[in-house]
Amino acid sequence: MSISEIFKIILLILLVVCAIAVNLTKRLLPAIIIFMAYSTIMAVVWALMESPDLAITEAAVGAGITSILFFLTLRRLSRMELTDPADEEAVRQADEVEETDS
Amino acid sequence: MRESVRSWFREELSGMEEFLDTEEKPDASRVERKSAVRRWEEQLLSNPQMQREIQRRQQRYHTIYRLVAVLSCVLFGLVMLYMIAHMPHYGFANPRADEVASRYLEEGLKETGAVNIVAGMILDYRAFDTLGESFVLFTGLVCSLILLRVGARNPATLKHDQYFDTSSDAILHKIGVLVFPAIIVFGIYVIFNGHLSPGGGFSGGTILGSAMIILSASAGFGTTDRIFTYKRLNLMTFAALGFYSLAKGFVFFIGANGMHNPIPKGVPGALLSGGLILPLNIAVGLVVACTMYGFYSLFERGRIGHA
Amino acid sequence: MLDTLLSNYQEAVAMILFVIGFATLLFQRNLIRKLIGMNIMDAGLFLFLTSLGYINGRKPPIIEVQEAVADTYINPVPSGLVLTGIVVSVSVTAVMLSLSIRLYKRYHTLDMDEIYAMTLKEREEQD
Repeated sequence: MSISEIFKIILLILLVVCAIAVNLTKRLLPAIIIFMAYSTIMAVVWALMESPDLAITEAAVGAGITSILFFLTLRRLSRMELTDPADEEAVRQADEVEETDS
Repeated sequence: MRESVRSWFREELSGMEEFLDTEEKPDASRVERKSAVRRWEEQLLSNPQMQREIQRRQQRYHTIYRLVAVLSCVLFGLVMLYMIAHMPHYGFANPRADEVASRYLEEGLKETGAVNIVAGMILDYRAFDTLGESFVLFTGLVCSLILLRVGARNPATLKHDQYFDTSSDAILHKIGVLVFPAIIVFGIYVIFNGHLSPGGGFSGGTILGSAMIILSASAGFGTTDRIFTYKRLNLMTFAALGFYSLAKGFVFFIGANGMHNPIPKGVPGALLSGGLILPLNIAVGLVVACTMYGFYSLFERGRIGHA
Repeated sequence: MLDTLLSNYQEAVAMILFVIGFATLLFQRNLIRKLIGMNIMDAGLFLFLTSLGYINGRKPPIIEVQEAVADTYINPVPSGLVLTGIVVSVSVTAVMLSLSIRLYKRYHTLDMDEIYAMTLKEREEQD
């Protein structure tokens, strides 16, 4: 068994650990960060498996854009939570104005 | 024949006029019946015995759901592991599965002119597939636009935009502006070397899109709005997809009619080689970059550009 | 049979990942966690496909010589397939996230069961 193979086995175990850990976290933000780690480990596994095309794409897409979209969703939701009722009324009125405009 | 079917249909429907009435009349007896049912339901629900029964049934539903879910997971896993135990060994060549692959590897360089066989495969042999994938990305952007669009004149959103604006952070601003050109250059390098080295339109486009995301997060949306207006983004995506369709349609037309392909293949390994692969990579990269930035902009503040 | 399973450990891990993602999709009630589970399922499937194309001791399919011998390189077909899949999974995730944002906007919760109960109540009120 070569060193790269042992390294790959460690990475595969880490993948399983990450996938289980997503379910065990109490809050959403750590779950998303663990998912980000999962994607990065997956990119390294693909680099070890001689498919550099996949590694570079997964590193940019899975660890980058997908995680950013999850983070932005969380931020958007917390922003909605922060909106106080008076503001909500203003939002609804503005939305109605817009709907009648378009 | 048609007449007989029609007359049969009329006969069948003859007794059902009252049900076919599309205009719903306010039926007094129906309303009364409904309110009676509602009263009866409330009476039932207020009964403590009934409440216990409902709770019991809900618990039973949850237990059955959990049981079925666990069973399906375990069964699926076991079937898959059994299948894997009967597959050819990992890491050894499988002559039956490698027939197409060996053809791609041996003739790919001659036929497509691309040193990177994966790029030659997805942008030459299977270019139609990649076109569909670009359209999937574009459709995803359009769906998000429909679902998430918030008007620019919405006062509450504007207030919260200012509250959540990260560009006031001095460290983020300096580092973001410093890093942005390097990432852009790297993205362009990955796209332009798609046929020579790993990478290509998809990864390079994503890198370009993340460079734009970093710029707009560090320097504020005012900076990126000057480059990426809604109109320009649409125009860019449309031009890239249209160019892709036209170029590939031209190649398909030529190939189907057995004509000579006028696009030169070039010397393998040179930057300007591989026929249509380099322009198609650029088109795909533009579409992906626009889509990624569009997703970010929509999720962050509900609009693209000033619109 | 068992030695085949042991030598195919990478495919086995890929399928275990798929099952873990599936279980996340079934058992978690939070919509965002369900989406993470779906992404884990995606990645597990991609790992499975890629490991079908890997051949020991061969190089990535980037050809530097004029007359290429197929026995020197790994199978490029799964790489092309998975490249397509990764990018499609992003757009699917984005659309689903925007749908869950809309659901949150309306019901102020991400819990699947609560949303379902609320929709039932709404339908009753409409009748």
